[in-house]
Amino acid sequence: MDEILEILEKDGRRSFEDIARMLKKKPAAVKAAVARYQKEGVILKYKAVINKELIRDAASQVRALIEVNITPQKDVGFDRVAERIYSFAEVSSCYLISGTYDLLLIVEGRDLQAVSRFVAEKLAPLENVKGTTTHFLLKKYKEDGVILKHKEENKRIAISY
Amino acid sequence: MSVTKKVKNLQPSGIREFFDLVLGMKEVISLGVGEPDFVTPWQIREAGIYSLEEGFTSYTSNKGLYKLRLGIARYLKNRWGLEYSPEEEILITVGASEGMDLALRTLINPKDKVLIPVPSYVSYGPLTELAAGEPVYIDTTPYGFKLTPELLEKYAAKKPKALILNYPANPTGVSYTARELGEINRILLKHKILCITDEIYGELTYDFQHTPFATLKGAKGNTVYLDGFSKSYAMTGWRVGFAAGPEDIISAMNKIHQYTIMCVSITSQMAACEALQAGRRSVEEMKREYRRRREFVIAELNRMGLECHMPQGAFYAFPSIKSSGMSSIDFCQKLLKDQKVAVVPGTAFTPMAEGYVRISYASSINSLKEALNRIGAFLEKHRPVKK
Repeated sequence: MDEILEILEKDGRRSFEDIARMLKKKPAAVKAAVARYQKEGVILKYKAVINKELIRDAASQVRALIEVNITPQKDVGFDRVAERIYSFAEVSSCYLISGTYDLLLIVEGRDLQAVSRFVAEKLAPLENVKGTTTHFLLKKYKEDGVILKHKEENKRIAISY
Repeated sequence: MSVTKKVKNLQPSGIREFFDLVLGMKEVISLGVGEPDFVTPWQIREAGIYSLEEGFTSYTSNKGLYKLRLGIARYLKNRWGLEYSPEEEILITVGASEGMDLALRTLINPKDKVLIPVPSYVSYGPLTELAAGEPVYIDTTPYGFKLTPELLEKYAAKKPKALILNYPANPTGVSYTARELGEINRILLKHKILCITDEIYGELTYDFQHTPFATLKGAKGNTVYLDGFSKSYAMTGWRVGFAAGPEDIISAMNKIHQYTIMCVSITSQMAACEALQAGRRSVEEMKREYRRRREFVIAELNRMGLECHMPQGAFYAFPSIKSSGMSSIDFCQKLLKDQKVAVVPGTAFTPMAEGYVRISYASSINSLKEALNRIGAFLEKHRPVKK
């Protein structure tokens, strides 16, 4: 992977100037490369990783992992059904996976009822959905490589040879 | 109680007070740290923990766990094409530091001269003196901090017993290409000077492939090769290193080691085994990160008028601060008090490095950026008045 991507994946706010200095390139060249990645859809968007456990109103949000069994359709396989499912705003992630079920969703809702209602009223009745299993998330420890914990203290002594 | 003359006469660390000052201050951004800012990769830590759970709490053989020596022998073979017998030619030491002490005590007779290119890591001179040898410092400052063949030829005339060569070097980051090392080796062999190499930063070489000294033609039988896990695997606190060399020398070093140390902590040795098994990826990742920080820091330092050569390895920049008009220790003390940024005066490593400071870039880019901004502000404020 291009080192520009490696840097941005860790810190999306790193400036072109900084990256240029780190990689011994011209800022304009970094800017052009990033523009190209965005155009090609390699870089989709930039966002903050938020520890919602620390925010009172957001903490009351409920997240669930939902396993979905579906019947694939002729010609389009799972894609058409998946599209009908991931288009719901409640679905924050959607993966097609191997194993005993087909889709894995991450669904977010205001409270337990909201998520249950989504499953009962929107997801389960879909024509090609054969069954669902809902797991409510209790605690997030790590997300996208980031450990959700207060800043770690520095354990090194401040000066040494 | 009276302390021996030998210990009393050991050079006291001239900057102890400055170190104490740093340690006593809060919220300092420290670029004065001689160790990685990464913690040991989890799989390595986990292996240490698991070994404790399994009850590995005993002594190991003096030379170290055979499994670890075998792992090191394989690493040396696969990585550098070097063949050392795990039975006879490898000794596990408490960091490369112990290896250096053992090598000097094993090889140096009273009054033997030991060549030490400076600026250098702080222990070489004192350890030579403790071994009753005579350190002969070679000032490399005018030569871009490099030991040149001409310099070495000149000092070879003093009939030294050994040369201590550390590359990539702490504190300068300087390293040597295979060709440069070949020249040094040729001169050492010609004058029958032994080579003790401290290659602890070897895996952190950025611009070219690191060349272990022992791989040079005819060098293996003339070299004690010291390395360890501290820097490349971010394992400083575990204290595991190794010495590789001719059987008779390793066996003699082991004699001292068995009486003073007995063996390296078994937990650390078990973790080091894991580092060799699976640590490669972490090493490459850390190395890329260091290289990016290096580019960043060196460009910034030069931009603000602190002239700095491009270090080829380790994680140190060694800029000249002469343009500030201050002495090294003055610069560091004022910078600490004014801006709460800690760097190490060059004079901590040799009096000949007056006018330089060591900046460690084993810190996050954000800390480095903030620290460099503060150094910039500091330079603005203390700009020498032109007459």
